[in-house]
Amino acid sequence: MAQNFDIPAPTKNPMSLQLDPKKFEKATDEEKRQQDVMAESTTFFKDGMRRLMRNPLAIISIVLLLLVVATMVIAPAVVPYSYEQIITVNGKRDKRAANLKPFEYSQLEQQYMEETGEKLFPHIMGTDELCRDYFIRVVYGTRVSFIVGIFAALMVMIIGIIYGSISGYLGGKVDLIMMRIVDIIYSLPDLLIVILLAVVLKETLSQAKLGIFSKLGTNMMAMFIVFGVLYWVGMARLVRGQILTIKENEYVLAAKSIGAKNGRIIRRHILPNCISVIIISTAQQIPSAIFTESYLSFIGLGVQLPMPSLGSLANAARSGMQSYPWKLVFPAVMIVLIVLAMNLLGDAMRDAFDPKLKK
Amino acid sequence: MSEQNNKSEYLVEVNDLKMYFPVKTGFMKTIPLKAVDGVSFTIKPGETLGLVGESGCGKTTVGRTLLRLYKPTGGEFRFNGELVTDKNITPLRKQMQMVFQDPYSSLNPRMTVEDIIGEPLDVHKLYSNRAERREKILHLMELVGLNAEHATRYAHEFSGGQRQRIGIARALAVDPKFIVCDEPVSALDVSIQAQVINMFEELQEKLGVAYLFIAHDLLVVHHISNRIAVMYLGRIVEIADADELNDHPIHPYTLSLLSAVPVPDPRTARKSQRIILEGDVPSPLRMPSGCPFRTRCRYATEQCANECPSLTDRGGGHMVACWNK
Repeated sequence: MAQNFDIPAPTKNPMSLQLDPKKFEKATDEEKRQQDVMAESTTFFKDGMRRLMRNPLAIISIVLLLLVVATMVIAPAVVPYSYEQIITVNGKRDKRAANLKPFEYSQLEQQYMEETGEKLFPHIMGTDELCRDYFIRVVYGTRVSFIVGIFAALMVMIIGIIYGSISGYLGGKVDLIMMRIVDIIYSLPDLLIVILLAVVLKETLSQAKLGIFSKLGTNMMAMFIVFGVLYWVGMARLVRGQILTIKENEYVLAAKSIGAKNGRIIRRHILPNCISVIIISTAQQIPSAIFTESYLSFIGLGVQLPMPSLGSLANAARSGMQSYPWKLVFPAVMIVLIVLAMNLLGDAMRDAFDPKLKK
Repeated sequence: MSEQNNKSEYLVEVNDLKMYFPVKTGFMKTIPLKAVDGVSFTIKPGETLGLVGESGCGKTTVGRTLLRLYKPTGGEFRFNGELVTDKNITPLRKQMQMVFQDPYSSLNPRMTVEDIIGEPLDVHKLYSNRAERREKILHLMELVGLNAEHATRYAHEFSGGQRQRIGIARALAVDPKFIVCDEPVSALDVSIQAQVINMFEELQEKLGVAYLFIAHDLLVVHHISNRIAVMYLGRIVEIADADELNDHPIHPYTLSLLSAVPVPDPRTARKSQRIILEGDVPSPLRMPSGCPFRTRCRYATEQCANECPSLTDRGGGHMVACWNK
């Protein structure tokens, strides 16, 4: 209010009814514009992220997961051992060395270090019974678990969205039939089917030519297929339920009256409004997929040897549990950390993004 | 389309429109809910037809059926002389649009104003490049009194009146000749109602659009409409010029509706007599025989129970469906 300085101080009686005409002048355009207080436009995503970042548990989970991912990426480049490599010194293997404790060197390695004065890379988590570096095996196992978890969750999400949105949007008889199929799959005993499918697919896939996918190994492929076939039903139900409520909104009717086609209505109007629920559910799917992969590997249906997975490492460690407990502790702690962090992050995301929980 | 139909003085001709919804009443049993049961009216280019009636009488269904949001059970609708069917509705949507009742639920919360207004342009591919799209949207926003800086904002950042302006801009995007306004002001404050209604009138003057203005507020409808149709239980019971209907209502239902309109002057209000109808509106699932209004009508006779009156001209285009008045 720079203009106010120009007004002379009132000299007359303050109780006088005589008014200063200057105060009743029309506001200039500039002054009017000062009145337009515009709040910062916040998008739904920004708003949710702000709330997520306020949750200490979410921050801890994110930091933990970032650390795990960083280890997964960096460790294979830093550690000079490979997950399938039996530790040798100058091409000679120390046949007596097995199940070394964390940071312990084999006799041959100690000799070598004394002779040359050179320091060998320590075995941070010791070695396994074949004298393979355990740390790098756990890192690779974590990698496998992560990849399986994320891909399985993505696959579940894609199949669930497509199936659920068609069923929910079309409604009527189509919905009835599609949902009965879901009910049937839902009523199958999960574990039994997973084991059966994993066994059968392993045989079929080992004969089929898979091209680039062959690198993954048949077991891993079988596992993805199992997830894709079985676990999408929950997501499909969730998406259908969301769409049933959202399609009753007037903006969907408005889009129809404009002449928008069904595909456009689903893509532009319905899915963006239930995407938060979908993302949250996907985030919560990842730890459950990691868990499933672990127990499948534990019972020997997981990834192929010598590729380690957290589950198969734990299984291998089971036999020497009393003598070499660290071999069981490391993969088990890793599973717990990942699953716990992912679950906590999923919950925090639900709290931050679900509009129904907004205060 | 035959030749003579294409040369019509009416923009909108609705003939015996029927919309029945199947309602499940038990196992494997459905009976029709007659939401709209034989409605006929016409609208000339640039004209406003007001449609009034109490809740549940089928006003909104008429509007939505015209735009084929529902598939009508019977009757025909000619737009510009052309019979509207499922096949030719898509190009016709460029000429017919709708403004919705609830400005809160009729705008997608995840879209910016620019995208909401631009959607009809996207659907009908009415621009050649992004700059043209932007220019058209800004022009529309200016037309309905929104600032250009609002374009990147989301609907929840606006007040009810502003939201309704966005809805109107969306309807105007395709340059329509006919807009169905489905109670566009009933969710707004009275002061905002006046602004929005005046805007409707200005837009009609500027663009020459015709409105089907659905409302339950007789004063609002009288203010904006050239002609008014009164609906009761899925049927039009009286249709006349706005002033004529207001000054000389004939149908007993219209009389009671008009007597319920609050009068601003208390002295006049004291003199005027309120006609209070007895009983409730019958369920549209169990419609009374003959005239639907007979159960609450003080003039009802035996003839009313047997035969349903059709609209007859009482002079000067004032049509009434009643045996006794």
